[in-house]
Amino acid sequence: MTARSLTEGPPVAPVLAVDHASVVLAGRRVLDEVSFTVAAGQFTGLIGSNGAGKTTLLRAILGLQRLSGGRIDVADGSGRHRAIGYVPQKVVLDPDLPMRARDMVELGIGGNRLGFSLPSRARRARVDELLAAVGAQGFADSRVGRLSGGELQRILIAHALIGQPRLLLLDEPLANLDLSSGQEVVELLHRIATEHQVAVLLSAHEINPLLPVLDRLVYLADGRAVTGTVDEVVRSDVLSALYGHHVDVLRVHGRVLVVVGPGSDDGDKVAPHDAIEVG
Amino acid sequence: MSWLFEPGFFSSAQVHTALIIGGVTAVVSASIGVFTVIRGQSFAGHALTDTAATGGSAAVLVSINPLVGFLAGAVLGAGAMEAVGVRHVRSRDLATGIVLGASIGLASLFLYLTTTTTATTGATQEILFGSIFVTAPSTVPVVIVFGVLAVLVVAAGFRPLLLTSIDPDLAAASGLRVGVVELAYMAALAFAVGLSSIAVGAILSTALLIGPAATALRLTKRIVAAVAVAAGLGIATTWLGILLAYDSADWGAGRDTLPVSFCIVGLVFVLYLVSGLAFRVSEGARAARRSPSRPGAAPRMSSGSS
Repeated sequence: MTARSLTEGPPVAPVLAVDHASVVLAGRRVLDEVSFTVAAGQFTGLIGSNGAGKTTLLRAILGLQRLSGGRIDVADGSGRHRAIGYVPQKVVLDPDLPMRARDMVELGIGGNRLGFSLPSRARRARVDELLAAVGAQGFADSRVGRLSGGELQRILIAHALIGQPRLLLLDEPLANLDLSSGQEVVELLHRIATEHQVAVLLSAHEINPLLPVLDRLVYLADGRAVTGTVDEVVRSDVLSALYGHHVDVLRVHGRVLVVVGPGSDDGDKVAPHDAIEVG
Repeated sequence: MSWLFEPGFFSSAQVHTALIIGGVTAVVSASIGVFTVIRGQSFAGHALTDTAATGGSAAVLVSINPLVGFLAGAVLGAGAMEAVGVRHVRSRDLATGIVLGASIGLASLFLYLTTTTTATTGATQEILFGSIFVTAPSTVPVVIVFGVLAVLVVAAGFRPLLLTSIDPDLAAASGLRVGVVELAYMAALAFAVGLSSIAVGAILSTALLIGPAATALRLTKRIVAAVAVAAGLGIATTWLGILLAYDSADWGAGRDTLPVSFCIVGLVFVLYLVSGLAFRVSEGARAARRSPSRPGAAPRMSSGSS
């Protein structure tokens, strides 16, 4: 796998370096000295329950959330490459908005520039290429507000990718998808990461759908994080240290079940959800 | 053609002024209105028309050109709304409603003072419901300057405006400074509202802002097309309204003409209703074509498979 060979080869500068990043919101430490790096071509999962600080961390990486301590470095986009592609958790569009799915993708290049974009054959070809890459040709001319959750997700990914970013951030892309659409999106992202050497950082509250493709993960609980490969992080001792009390990690048929005991306010939400997944 | 254009329509200086001011304000209002509708800020747009009314009535009280007052009122209102910057829809509507009420209250005070102290009884009608036939020709250059400025903002900022209207976070992630884009939009909106207050009156300028834009959004498949169609519809309704009002002098023997604002806003409203009907019919037809399970389609499918 490309990501593995990268880590074994000579050290490359990371695309994203988060160094002791802290965020305090309304007196609450939402992020507490979080550190990790992401290299080109790596697929990294940002795992944690609701309220663990995933969205805050993504917003901090985007520069939309000011840090109270530490720093975050993103490798600059060079030439035609934009630094960060972003797929927000929820984009609500009016079903009657007169805008085709392909127009949404096209806004990913030059959506931040002044003036009108005159029709150009090169750009149209580029849009078609991206639509094909995410498997969206079938609904490219539909109104973007009328797409299903999975279809819109693909369009947003194409929108984020068309600027050729080196880092792709996705906020809970699987949250509103059924199991098979979610699986398709995960495979699509994995292919993009390896083929185009894009660093993918994806947040999720559920680790199992990502297990086949994860190179590394950042596990967030109460604003604190541990990072490493799945085998390094999803262990009883490591997660117990992170949560501050005993955590059981069960492996059943290639799936992972994290059982967070009583006493944790956010862990209780994880356990039954995972249990249902495994059962 | 004399049945359509009453004698004197094309030679009247008043009509010329009205056509120019009406045309410019229609284009500006309609093209900015497209973004106002997309952003779901029609109510906020309406609040600006009320602060414009306050500005306009203050201007007539101290005897300066009402357009200056309209523009100042709208710009101040826009600035206040940006300063408050409420993102939560419910508190935004609340703040908007309270500002709206207060500014109309102030306008009523200014208009009362104007009518009691200077005996210009027409002021209330002119400020609230428009004065396009009695506007001084010297106002035309001002209208054109601010109109061009507003259209330039929309043309130059088209894609950033669109992206921030769709999703502010997405826009910010692409490197846009969303605050700057919103400020430019609010300025253009304030210009549009100030200008259309001269044409159809402060209270009715919402109609020119929202009506053609909402109609165009129903009729088109792309935002660029919507802006163009909205501008076209704005001009058409405004000029036709002016013509109707002019012609109406001959309809009822001895009666006054119909108010221009009534004619324009009436046309805008009728157009919106008709477009809604057309939209429903075409949507229904499309749904019928798409659904294969409808009666009539089923037998053909079964014969094909056997």
